[in-house]
Amino acid sequence: MSHIISVLVENKSGVLAKISGLFSRRGFNIESLAVGPTEDEKISRITMEVEAEEHSLEQIIKQLYKLVNVIKIKELDPRNIVERELVLIKVNADSKTRPEILEIVSIFRANIVDVGKNTLVIEITGSKSKVKALEDLLKPFGILELVRTGKIACTRGSKY
Amino acid sequence: MLLQIQGSDFIMNKISGAQLIVKCLKKEGVEVIFGYPGGAVIPLYDALYESDIRHILVRHEQGAAHAADGYARATGKTGVCMATSGPGGTNLVTGIANAQMDSIPIVAITGQVRTNLIGTDAFQEADITGITAPITKQNYLVKDIRDLPQVIREAFLIASTGRPGPVLVDIPVDITTDLIDENFKMDIRLPGYKPTLKGNLKQIKEAVKKIAKSKKPVIFAGGGVILSGASDELRKFVRISGIPVINSLMGMGSFPETDPLSLSMAGMHGTKYANLAFTETDLIVAVGVRFDDRITGKLSEFAPEAEIIHIDIDPAEIGKNIKAMIPIVGDAKTVLADLKSEYEKYIEKKGKPDRSDWLSRIKKLKEDNPLKYDKDSDGVKPAYIMEKIYELTKGDAIICTEVGQNQMWAAQFYKFTRPRTLITSGGLGTMGYGLPASIGAKTGMPDKIVMDIAGDGSIQMVSQELATAVANKINIKIMLLNNGYLGMVRQWQELFWNKRYSNTSIDGSVDFVKLIEAYGGTGLRVTKKDEIEGAIKKALEIDTVVLVDFWIDKEENVYPMVAPGASIDDMLDCI
Repeated sequence: MSHIISVLVENKSGVLAKISGLFSRRGFNIESLAVGPTEDEKISRITMEVEAEEHSLEQIIKQLYKLVNVIKIKELDPRNIVERELVLIKVNADSKTRPEILEIVSIFRANIVDVGKNTLVIEITGSKSKVKALEDLLKPFGILELVRTGKIACTRGSKY
Repeated sequence: MLLQIQGSDFIMNKISGAQLIVKCLKKEGVEVIFGYPGGAVIPLYDALYESDIRHILVRHEQGAAHAADGYARATGKTGVCMATSGPGGTNLVTGIANAQMDSIPIVAITGQVRTNLIGTDAFQEADITGITAPITKQNYLVKDIRDLPQVIREAFLIASTGRPGPVLVDIPVDITTDLIDENFKMDIRLPGYKPTLKGNLKQIKEAVKKIAKSKKPVIFAGGGVILSGASDELRKFVRISGIPVINSLMGMGSFPETDPLSLSMAGMHGTKYANLAFTETDLIVAVGVRFDDRITGKLSEFAPEAEIIHIDIDPAEIGKNIKAMIPIVGDAKTVLADLKSEYEKYIEKKGKPDRSDWLSRIKKLKEDNPLKYDKDSDGVKPAYIMEKIYELTKGDAIICTEVGQNQMWAAQFYKFTRPRTLITSGGLGTMGYGLPASIGAKTGMPDKIVMDIAGDGSIQMVSQELATAVANKINIKIMLLNNGYLGMVRQWQELFWNKRYSNTSIDGSVDFVKLIEAYGGTGLRVTKKDEIEGAIKKALEIDTVVLVDFWIDKEENVYPMVAPGASIDDMLDCI
């Protein structure tokens, strides 16, 4: 089962390496990871998607807590969060296919961020399934590059 | 040396980073450092030259880490080791991993190449904070001289509190030569470090109820009891509850083996009665243990009838290997004290549970399944040697061991009655640990008899440290159980690999008596049973480093034994 965990850490060099090292040596898998400073520049937030059974997840969280630079860990309830992932897709597009692609992009409320002679770069934000749907539709044109940020998430309402 | 720098209208005392480090170490109460100099730590060694902190020069950095570890285990203080950059640091790695596995507080200080050379594959550069991240509780690369005081304070704090462990501080050489105002400011900020010491009282009360209702309880006491200094609390709790005590290897000494309620050590080479008690018990009160595979054997068949109350300072240990019915996160010392007072209150109200059946069952298990060896043999039996060592030291020695058969014979046949008297590599199983650890232990406890129970395989991994012991008059007594084999592996080959002794014979490698004499110590040799007692006595009398080379029966095995992967009540035995 996939879980989203949000980890507050001290914003110091080497901390991310310690966290990713812990995952690999304890045999846990990270599906996606996004990291950046929070409103307090001394603190960074790491948002991770991990694939784990309930028991392993408990171990992951306990082991993470043992890292001195980890301040707080929270498993986010998928029903109670806003989650986003930003994806850039470079796709083949010549004068013949461009209108069709533009139509798809507009339906998905995605953006064109670069236009080349034979390519387009499309930016899309949204849930995994939305991105997947766009990806499937663009595939026949030839996707040259796909870059994703990893999922970030925020709880809804006033609580954290 | 203080440099006085004249400002326009004030005078500031400036000291070097190296002097600042020494000052910080003094502040932490450091009395001794085990280390080895090199290019990147010359400034540090220069500052030590005029300090009253004792420095013990080892002959290999691994020895420094183990000695700091042995010092910590014997004294309860934090051990300190020091090494240069690159190979100096990497040579510490085994010792650091060893301390991590057994939760031993040590601080390792390593030199690093100049800040501007980091990342360039400079001469003697190694990413030691990267290398040791998985085997330290915390580590630091100091990039600004102003961070030094707080990093060193944090290092000692983190190493010695909560679940103890090793901390490494890596310091580039230019930081140690930079100058800083002597009156530094410190700002400790550890927002993510808050060990839980006090156990949840509600959980403790639940535990008390469970214990009172249990018909066949055992206490399972491990290294956490010793680390937390909770042996007295454990004894007091046993006194009022009358519950038998099983130890893990790391817990030996936390409860006196001479007590009728002691079942000694459980596990792969534990006593039969301890393992059988695990199989029959209905409640395990586990304190400071982590249910290692060498204890549990086949996990699915371990303690099939038992519910588990698991007390540990590290929440990650609870539920890691085995499911706990009542988890209690906290320091063994306070939790056991609370458990005792709550239990007292409970039995005052509800009366003492009658467990005479269980206690007579325990008594019978002990009578029926004693530790055995061939006492009538004329051979030099390691078990007999250990019994004699116990007798002649009156059980008051600090026993360090190497790893393998020697370690198990020591654990089985010496009776440990006090905490911090068995110093052994439990988790990592590091051959070559005992000699440097005994040097560390003797340095910390100079008035105690400190012995290294060694094997001829293990000691050859670190025999250069004989020089350290002799040169510093650290008069340890090495009891070498010499069988010409890597004995434990040979035993497995004999029992499970059809006696195919692949690469385990090391017979005739060296004349150990000549070896110790070459270093300036005293060597004694024992080849007959009737020489054993005299040699041990003599070793204790002579005021030098002594090595007794016991030529033990070559194919003597450690029994009982649980075959790897078998259930712990399924034990092979001798005779």
